[in-house]
Amino acid sequence: MNIQGIKVIYYQEMLRAWETLFQTLASPVISTCLYFIVFGSAIGSRIQSIDGVSYGLFIVPGLTMLSLLTQSIANASFGIFFPKFTGSIYEIHSAPISFFEIIIGFVGAAASKSLIIGIVILITASFFVDLQIAHPIWMATFLILTCISFSLFGFIIGLWANDFEKLQVIPLLVITPLVFLGGSFYSINMLPPFWQTVTLFNPVVYLISGFRWSFFEVSDVSVGVSLAVILGFLFVCIAIVGWMFKTGYRVKQ
Amino acid sequence: MKSIVSIQDLSKTYDSGFRALKSINLDIKDGEIFALLGPNGAGKTTLISIICGIVTASQGTVTVNGFDNITAYRQTRELIGLVPQELTLGAFETVWNTIRFSRGLFGKKKDNTYLEQLLKDLSLFDKKDSELRELSGGMKRRVLIAKALSHQPKIIFLDEPTAGVDVELRKDMWNIVRRLRDSGVTIILTTHYIEEAEEIADRIGIISNGELLLVEDKRTLMHNLGKKQLIIELKESVSSLQQELTDYDLVLSEEGDQLIYTYDSMSDNAGITDLLQTIKMVGLELKDLHINKSSLEDIFVDLVKEDQMRTERVEVKV
Ligand SMILES: Nc1ncnc2c1ncn2[C@@H]1O[C@H](COP(=O)(O)OP(=O)(O)OP(=O)(O)O)[C@@H](O)[C@H]1O
Ligand SMILES: [Mg+2]
Repeated sequence: MNIQGIKVIYYQEMLRAWETLFQTLASPVISTCLYFIVFGSAIGSRIQSIDGVSYGLFIVPGLTMLSLLTQSIANASFGIFFPKFTGSIYEIHSAPISFFEIIIGFVGAAASKSLIIGIVILITASFFVDLQIAHPIWMATFLILTCISFSLFGFIIGLWANDFEKLQVIPLLVITPLVFLGGSFYSINMLPPFWQTVTLFNPVVYLISGFRWSFFEVSDVSVGVSLAVILGFLFVCIAIVGWMFKTGYRVKQ
Repeated sequence: MKSIVSIQDLSKTYDSGFRALKSINLDIKDGEIFALLGPNGAGKTTLISIICGIVTASQGTVTVNGFDNITAYRQTRELIGLVPQELTLGAFETVWNTIRFSRGLFGKKKDNTYLEQLLKDLSLFDKKDSELRELSGGMKRRVLIAKALSHQPKIIFLDEPTAGVDVELRKDMWNIVRRLRDSGVTIILTTHYIEEAEEIADRIGIISNGELLLVEDKRTLMHNLGKKQLIIELKESVSSLQQELTDYDLVLSEEGDQLIYTYDSMSDNAGITDLLQTIKMVGLELKDLHINKSSLEDIFVDLVKEDQMRTERVEVKV
């Protein structure tokens, strides 16, 4: 095991966030505040409580997930894409470090960053609403699993992308719509039956539902299913990364 | 001397279908400076990249210090430092952070004393806290060298180290190379320039079109093939050589206005002074003198041209 190697990759990635600390934290904090002002206060005051939870409170888990998903993907994909772009990746390829160790370094750093952002968002939210966490351990589990699996997903995108456009296209065209339609701002019970069924094909629904359950014990789908979906997604990502490594697809010539 | 890198039957076909290397066999001796000489697109970078683990071979094996570079990549790679051909560096890290990163990546514990000394040796110490994007091309090349040396490797690959480098840095570079060699490090460098190979290498390999055409000790190569010609232009043509001049290995040109003297470039002045005195003595007047460039270049050009012609012929047949 090349522990030093993992350490320096992790450290370098964290350093990048540290040097741009203001941007790293300010953008999720500011956007959370904006969402609260617009949805929580302005519109939310006219919306009845959902399943006995006030609207302002109801959107907290979804908002957190929204930032977590986009930040995990953005951080991890950029972290591996940039060295590919500058060519400095040659050094990682020529180092006595395994693909697995490289992933621990990059994905570990990206997941840590999103975790910190997630916590900061929850703290920010607690200034607007009276936040109670019914099941802290479940909450932490969902938080951590989401950070890891979506950072891994971002890593795959970063490996796959060979230009800046490709780097942007999946977060923009796939992730953002899935999150917005994933019940961040509403309960899927509020939709007509047809759309409810369609929504069940959106994996983000399960994530947000499970995460929301850990706060308020209300959910669209059962928490066990939510956990299974997120674990399933994690294993799919691991399988893709394993396949990329084995075949050298987009990894080496 | 035992060989430190051993390459057997190595071939590479890129995804595009292009055959960049064709069954290369090569042994690099422990502690030598080996120059790989070849024109653009010959396959030098490809060969180096395979040894270092950046590109995967289509066929053949590479062993480094007795270890296979794929199955035992940790053992082989920690011995190797690579200075790439292109200035491939990050942008926002500082010089100091990037060399610390390199050292750690190769599994070495941090050693600030060593790294500080390394930066001083490469005249980079005052740039320690500069961001990489703020450096000039030459400084970037120094940083790449520092990164390659940061983990104290036993083998160094320098892929065209003098491309885009001024005289000063080139001199520094050769000093560093010699110092490394003296400390027991094996150095493999690639170049387009024969003079460079002549100046620094112990052995020379000539590669063209993915084939290794020749590998030879520099001295042997120069001795066997490295003749130089001194061309002496005369003010007035002569019809034959004077008695005194026939002792020398001289040839009179057809028009009788040139004397061509061939000598071994490895011996110092090879009797040139004597010859010139004799010429003066017999009363011939000189118009001009010039030396035909190192004929290693001719060998090189001949070999490469021959090889290209052969390839073309094969292609025509196909
Ligand atoms: N990724 C790639 N895909 C397809 N062909 C490639 C690739 N990389 C290199 N080649 C081809 O392989 C051949 C050898 O390239 P290589 O870079 O090894 O040459 P070189 O000897 O280093 O040349 P130079 O002196 O210009 O650096 C070239 O014809 C090049 O076009
Ligand atoms: Mg090259």
